[in-house]
Amino acid sequence: MTDELKGNYDKAFENVIRLRIMSILMVNEQYDFNSFKELLEVTDGNLASHLRYLEKQEYIEVEKSFIGRKPLTNYKATALGRNAFQQHLEFLENLIHQNKA
Amino acid sequence: MKNPQQDLAEIKSMMERSTRFLSLSGLSGVLAGIYAITGAYLAYSWLYSPNVPWGLEASAQIDSPLLTKLTLTGIVVMLLSITTAWALSRKKSKKTASQLWTPAGKRFLKALFIPVAIGGFFCMAFLHQGFFLFIAPATLVFYGMGLWQASHFTLSEIRYLGYGQILLGIIAAFNPMSGLILWTLGFGVLHMIYGSLMYFRYDR
Repeated sequence: MTDELKGNYDKAFENVIRLRIMSILMVNEQYDFNSFKELLEVTDGNLASHLRYLEKQEYIEVEKSFIGRKPLTNYKATALGRNAFQQHLEFLENLIHQNKA
Repeated sequence: MKNPQQDLAEIKSMMERSTRFLSLSGLSGVLAGIYAITGAYLAYSWLYSPNVPWGLEASAQIDSPLLTKLTLTGIVVMLLSITTAWALSRKKSKKTASQLWTPAGKRFLKALFIPVAIGGFFCMAFLHQGFFLFIAPATLVFYGMGLWQASHFTLSEIRYLGYGQILLGIIAAFNPMSGLILWTLGFGVLHMIYGSLMYFRYDR
């Protein structure tokens, strides 16, 4: 094993809510605001601020539409975001391996 | 930095909970099996009645009043099973404080019911053309394919139930005279076995 850790620890995923959001978007093509809220059990404001953070990093994309009169906000992971998450995941895995060795 | 194991566990749990519908109750499988066996018993007594037990030669003439009765029985069994599954899933999702109507739940239903609906149209065509013997194999095969599809969006053990239904359906297609018995094995016995296994594994 090399001394240097592979992958990259990403500050954006230090927060557990953002880590969860990104995990969901890795396996779902898209996911809407209300479903996030239900699954993550967070308040509107809290969720919105974390989503905005990820959006600013260009890790996720927002798509607004309407179903009838109800607004629907869908989120998608960008290629950049997927890559960053992959790197982060790799880092965590390597860290665990190294701790074991 | 926090514990990396815990972070990985978070990631895994979120990936699973956001893609899989985990509120399906094992008990609803057992009950669906009981409904199916009851329905099949009624159908058997109408179709073969003086020839019991286990005669394969139908004693009744398959005429349209009997056909209506059989079709209605099938529909009632299906509606009862769906209602039970829905009610018990709602109860289970309340117990685990999770939502019932999630994107994963929708995907699960879609995966299950598209093949089932196509199978339903096939059975309507068989009824219309008078190929009654192929209804049991068709319902088994299409339902099995629905379960197999849906297994990607719920606890994946359900795919074994799917394989079982498909296998019985194919056997039934080659032995149409045993259709009702194979149907009872699939929709009745397999449901009960699967349901109780799932109940003891996850629900208690």
